[in-house]
Amino acid sequence: MKIKIIQPGMLTTVQDVGRWGFQGKGMPVAGAMDLFALKIGNVMVGNNKDAACLEVTVLGPTLSVLEGEGAVVVTGADLGFSINGIASCCNTVYKVKEGDILSFSGMKGNGCRAYVVFSGGIDVPIIMGSRSTYLRAHIGGFDGRALVKGDVLNTGEPHILWQRFIDFKCPFDVLPERREGQPLRVVLGPQDEAFSPKGVETFLSESYKITDSADRMGYRLEGPVVEHLEGADIISDAIPLGSIQVPGHGQPIVMLADRQTTGGYTKIAVLCSPDISAIAQRLPGEKVSFKQVSFEEAVLITQKEAGQVSKLKQNVATWITRIPTSTIGHKSEMPVSSGTWKLTVDGHSYMVDWERIEN
Amino acid sequence: MEDQQWPKVLLAGDSCIIVEYGNSIGLEINARVQALRRILEKRKISGVHEFVPTYRSLAIYFDPVKVEQPMHFLSLLKRLAIAAESESGVEKGVGIIIPVCYGRDFGPDLDNVVHHTGLTEEEIINRHSSPDYYCYMLGFTPGFSYLGGMDETIATPRLKEPREKIPAGSVGIAGKQTGIYPIDSPGGWQLIGRTPLRMFDAGHEPPTLVDAGLWIRFQPISEEEYKNIEIQVAHGTYTPEMFNKGEVPA
Repeated sequence: MKIKIIQPGMLTTVQDVGRWGFQGKGMPVAGAMDLFALKIGNVMVGNNKDAACLEVTVLGPTLSVLEGEGAVVVTGADLGFSINGIASCCNTVYKVKEGDILSFSGMKGNGCRAYVVFSGGIDVPIIMGSRSTYLRAHIGGFDGRALVKGDVLNTGEPHILWQRFIDFKCPFDVLPERREGQPLRVVLGPQDEAFSPKGVETFLSESYKITDSADRMGYRLEGPVVEHLEGADIISDAIPLGSIQVPGHGQPIVMLADRQTTGGYTKIAVLCSPDISAIAQRLPGEKVSFKQVSFEEAVLITQKEAGQVSKLKQNVATWITRIPTSTIGHKSEMPVSSGTWKLTVDGHSYMVDWERIEN
Repeated sequence: MEDQQWPKVLLAGDSCIIVEYGNSIGLEINARVQALRRILEKRKISGVHEFVPTYRSLAIYFDPVKVEQPMHFLSLLKRLAIAAESESGVEKGVGIIIPVCYGRDFGPDLDNVVHHTGLTEEEIINRHSSPDYYCYMLGFTPGFSYLGGMDETIATPRLKEPREKIPAGSVGIAGKQTGIYPIDSPGGWQLIGRTPLRMFDAGHEPPTLVDAGLWIRFQPISEEEYKNIEIQVAHGTYTPEMFNKGEVPA
C-alpha cells in the first residue's frame, strides 16, 4: 500500500520497538512510547514484532490510501478514529483500500497516543537495526523527522493471509486494566541510597502533577520535594528506560523513549515496563503516584504482560483459521487454495501457512 | 545492598542492572568496567542484550521475559562482577589516531584559548596533540566520547554564548575537558580544530569510530591534508591509523 499524509496531526512519527544495541555508542533508543500498544497492533495484523507503525499524538492525522489494499488496526488511546468519516473502533482490524480516508476527531479520554498499524508495517530504511524516528538527531523513520502534509509512505510485505485478519477484535481481557489514580509501580534504585528516608517516603506517598514539559524524551513532574542526602549529582552513568531522575530541585523527571543514554543526576527508581506504557498515555495536568515493588515482582509483572501478548497471538491464530462463514452449512463450490493449520509435532505446536501450488 | 563495598550491584528496574566499581573517575576503576563487559560478552547470558559502559559503572540491559529465576540471575551477575575485579589487572591498550586541522576556519576559538592561557597557538596545539587520551564512555549525543587526559594548562571555560550549529568533526575545549562533536549540533565549546573523520555515521557498521576503552591521539595536519583525507573518507577508502598503547596498568 501507499499511504499519503493529508494532514500530519500534532506529532506523527514512524516508530517500532526501538533502536536497541547502540546505547553504548551514545545512540538513544527512541521507539514507540506505548510499547504494549505497538506489540498488540503488530500481532493483530500478522506483522513481525519488529514492524514499524505510525505513532500518533493527541491530534491525529488524516491519511489516505493512495494505492493498494491491506489491513489496519489502531491501538493505544482512542483519538476518535474513523474510516471514510464513519466512527471506527480501536483494537479492531479493518480492511482499507485505495481511496479510503483514515482520520481522527480528537481524544476520547483514555490517553494521548494511538498507534496506526498497517499489515506489512511502514517500510522505511532500517538504520542501525531499527525504523524508529529519533527526532533530535534526525535519524531513522521517514527522513529522520515527523511526518508532514504530502508525505507518501509505503507499507512492507504483508502476511500472506492478511485478509483473514480482517474483523478480528482484541478481547478486553488482553488489554491492560488502567484505573484512574492507580499508582505506577517502581523498583527503587539505582541511586535510592542518595536520598534521605524522608525523601524516599515523600516520593512513594505523595502525588505528582505532569507538567507541560512532557514529551517523548521525558516527563517533568511537579510536587513535594524529594529530599537528597547530599547533592543530586553523580558521575554520569546509564539512564534506563522509565528511570526517574531527581535533580537538585527535588522534582522528579521520568525518562522515556527519546532519553539521552547517559546522565549525571541521581535516579531514585525505575518504572516497571508495563507502567512505562501506562505513563506514556498520560497528559500534562494529570497526577501520578508511585508504588514500590520488588525486583522479582517487577520481573513477574512484565512477564505477565508478555503472556497477554502470547494469549492474543493464540486468539489471532484461532481467528485466522476459523471456517469462513460462507462455507458453513453448504459445501463450497470453490476448492480452498490456502489456509493455516495448527500442527503438533512431538508436543510442540506450530502455525503453518499453506498455499496450493498449481501445476 | 552492601555498604561501602565494591562492586555494588544496583537495581535499575526490571530490565537493567548497574554494576558500580567505585565513586571516582580513573583508569583503574574503568578497567574493571571494561573487564566485566568482556566477561559478559563472552558468557552470552540468555536475555542479556546490551551494555553501557560509563566512567565507573556498567549498565547491563536484559529482557526480563527471558529471565527464569530473577534472584539467580542477580546472584550470577554479582559473582561475575566480583570476578571482573581480578581479571582487570593489566590490559594491552589500543589507540586510534585522529587527524586534526587546528586553527583558522577549522578552529575559530583558538584565539580565545590563546588569550585565556597566555600560550602561543603552536604551544596550545602541541599540548593538545601530545597526550594520549582515554575514552571512558560514549554518551550525550550519538558518538560523543568522554575523553580523559587533557593537559590542564590549556583548560578554557566554555563560550558565553553557545553556537547554534557546530559542524560535525569539530574539536573543542570546555573547562578541563576536550572532545569531538560527532554530529552537527548546537554547543558552547571553544572550537580549536576539526577532524575530517566521521566520528558518527548511522549508515556505517559500527556507527562510531571510537568505543569506550579505546585510546585516542590527535595528530595535527595541514589544510591540504585535511582536504585529502576528507575526500578519502567520502569515498570510503580511508582507514584510520591505529597505535599500540602498550600495557596499561590497572
